Amino acid sequence: MQDVFAASISIAFHGVALAMVLYLVSVGLSITMGLMGFVNLAHGAFAAAGGYVALTLMNDLGVPFPLSLAIAAFSVGAASMVLERLLYSRLYGEHELSQVMFTIGLILVTTGGAKAIWGPLSLPMHPPSYLRGDVDLWFRSFPTYRSFIIAAGVVLVTALWLGLERTRFGAQVRAAVDNRRMAQSIGINTSRLFTLTFALGSALAALGGAIGSEIWAIDTSYAQEHLVYFLIVVAVGGLGSIRGPFFASLLLGVSDTAFKYLLPEFGAFFIYALTLVLLLWRPQGLFGRA
Amino acid sequence: MSTSAAALETRGLCKSFGALPVASDIDFRLEQGARHALIGPNGAGKTTFVNLVTGALPPSAGRIYLGGEDVTALPQARRVKRGLARTFQINTLFRGLSVLENVALAIGERMGVAGDLMRPAGSRSGVIERAFAALERLGIAEDAGRLVRELPYGRQRLVEIAVALGLEPKVLLLDEPAAGVPGAENGTIVETIESLPAEIAVLIIEHDMDLVFRLARRITVLVQGSVLVEGTPAEIGADPRVREVYLGEREHR
Amino acid sequence: MTATAGAEQAIGRLAGRHRLRPLEALPWVIAIAAYFLFPDYLPLGAQVLIMVLFALSLDLILGYGGIITLGQAAFFGVGGYTAGLLGAHGWSEPITGLLAAGAVAGAFGVVTGLIVLRTEKLTLLMLTLMVNVMLYEAANKASTITGGSDGLQGVVISPVLGLFRFDIFGRTAYLYALAVLFLAWLLVRRIVHSPFGRSLTGIRENVARMHAIGSPVLLRRLTAYTIAAALSGVAGALLTQATQFVGQESLSVDRSGGVLIVLILGGFGRLYGAFVGAPLYMIAQDRLSALDPSYWPLAIGALLIAVVMLARGGVLGICDTLIAWLRRRGRP
Repeated sequence: MQDVFAASISIAFHGVALAMVLYLVSVGLSITMGLMGFVNLAHGAFAAAGGYVALTLMNDLGVPFPLSLAIAAFSVGAASMVLERLLYSRLYGEHELSQVMFTIGLILVTTGGAKAIWGPLSLPMHPPSYLRGDVDLWFRSFPTYRSFIIAAGVVLVTALWLGLERTRFGAQVRAAVDNRRMAQSIGINTSRLFTLTFALGSALAALGGAIGSEIWAIDTSYAQEHLVYFLIVVAVGGLGSIRGPFFASLLLGVSDTAFKYLLPEFGAFFIYALTLVLLLWRPQGLFGRA
Repeated sequence: MSTSAAALETRGLCKSFGALPVASDIDFRLEQGARHALIGPNGAGKTTFVNLVTGALPPSAGRIYLGGEDVTALPQARRVKRGLARTFQINTLFRGLSVLENVALAIGERMGVAGDLMRPAGSRSGVIERAFAALERLGIAEDAGRLVRELPYGRQRLVEIAVALGLEPKVLLLDEPAAGVPGAENGTIVETIESLPAEIAVLIIEHDMDLVFRLARRITVLVQGSVLVEGTPAEIGADPRVREVYLGEREHR
Repeated sequence: MTATAGAEQAIGRLAGRHRLRPLEALPWVIAIAAYFLFPDYLPLGAQVLIMVLFALSLDLILGYGGIITLGQAAFFGVGGYTAGLLGAHGWSEPITGLLAAGAVAGAFGVVTGLIVLRTEKLTLLMLTLMVNVMLYEAANKASTITGGSDGLQGVVISPVLGLFRFDIFGRTAYLYALAVLFLAWLLVRRIVHSPFGRSLTGIRENVARMHAIGSPVLLRRLTAYTIAAALSGVAGALLTQATQFVGQESLSVDRSGGVLIVLILGGFGRLYGAFVGAPLYMIAQDRLSALDPSYWPLAIGALLIAVVMLARGGVLGICDTLIAWLRRRGRP
């Protein structure tokens, strides 16, 4: 009984850590989808890029961890703005197939590019010394870095939600997600809004990828490998929703950890089956609009 | 209890989006062969009502009857098969297809041959002939070969009506048929509606009051999702409540 | 019936759209010519023909039905493994094996379609991808049956019609694939020009309108999805029978992506995009992989972006533009 309890705590803990990573990466995808109606399958590439930048800075240039994270977030955010202005924006409102094929092309290019620069192996992740080892939390000890992931996740999510609720920018985003045409007619500069939101989503994804690199290693197949999970989070959470993917991430993170621990031979199979059932029952997701 | 079934009837029809009610307890009767208009200020819920009746939107409560039969649970396509057709407020035609083909698709569905996998669509000359005849009846036969997107807006509205008529409806819901149509073409639309077969029960949603008073024998006024009053054009024209709520904002042509 | 000349033309065009045009014989002429002109490349040729069939089946739901799927390889793989398992367990007759594979793949199509087709956009995309990944994982795990990552060994296929042995030069494989492709093409062409096919186009163009004219949208989509699944399964089975082997690659997401790229390159929704895109893609892949396999993703990704940005209709779209331009030049 004691063991079951201990195992449950472990699963919950690691599951929540994974959920934080999932949410940080996926929330940008959900907002992009809700705001611009654009299915950005290449979104995971921003997470991978964040990981590549941060880890290269840390491993090869000895840049301190917090600074590496900040640089990763800003640089990926900035790069995504360029991509958005040059390429993505040309496809808004276009045939969905064009959007899908473009993002597939982008995944291929970034994958190939990453392989050319960093090679096919995954980058090693060495947490800074003050985040290694275990930390004592109430009744037992937990890995410090994972605790950091959860803490950082909570802080970032809170900041995001407050930002979207309290700031004018946030209000504009929420209005535009709700009804794009209406938003335009009341004078919101939607194209600038799109660019900024896209950058914000990509920067968050970069942070998620970098911080989460201890759970999901950074390698050239990152974007492809985890694509299904990002899509599940958004689809189950509800397209365009901001809170929905959070609960979907919790669900997915804990389930994935649980299944990998309890039934390792079946891997993600049960997750997929559960997703099918959930979407059969509610095709619009948990928080989506019917 | 009435022995003659209405062509279309709703009882206690309600719809809410979350906490926002857009239709409240609507009791509505469209008689056979009616010429009935639904008017009301912007945002009154007129198009929502049409969407509820056609099945594009599921109601929160209430029942819908087509020719006396309860169709509340039926999906949209099945209601069409039972004789309910609508036009859209904004043109919803296949812009890249020809006028003829737009109507032919509807007639194909009506004749039950649209699901045929094996015979060439062209060989169903019955469908094409009937589609052409439908265009002739509306006086737009010479546009048969033109793509919808090449037509002036007023003509497109006529094609919308042609498509709806192709379904051989018993109940026809026209959602602002003259909306956005410039003055010259407006007359054709009005004439078309006037010459619709007498057996079809027609419900028109319109803002243009001249049109309404010309075409309608009965008028229902909808305000904020519920029925304010219903009556003959004379009664409605004289009702002070209606004046206050709606006729004060009357559009001038 | 009185009609102006323009209207008569419209009726004539609509009624005659399904008639065969001489240009449509071109792919078959080329395919047969290739048999005699490139005897050393017949195995590659067979693979090209199989890819054409695969892309053709996808075009039915993607190009005509407007259903974007990231997991069509699921059906390709199901068909491939069905044919493989039959061949490995004593049922080596190829034609019945092919039909069985198509039937199984079609059944999968119905079951998954019932779930997937109720959703749209990102959710639909995700579900098709997920089903593909699920099947891939399942095949991996059930390695005692499927051979896992090593693939299914010991597949034995008897001569076609008892006469044509699958030889190492690929002659039988090529002609067999060509015959199957021809029959499939006849079928798809028929469907596309039928009232059903037209209604699929309608569903793609404007779903709201189709509902409003009483079209049973889900049923039509499901039918198209099932037929496409069955044909994809046949393509997969062809590959298994021609190579006497089936591996995980048949079920992979890479293969799903590949067939999508083939259609984009050639031009989707036009029946012949598959015929143009498949040879382009496969020959390019064959040549470039020989040079340096690691540059293939980069190259094809860049090409894909270029096509989407500049030539959305693929090669056939470019041809259309050229022909229209030439016509304008020709007029005084």
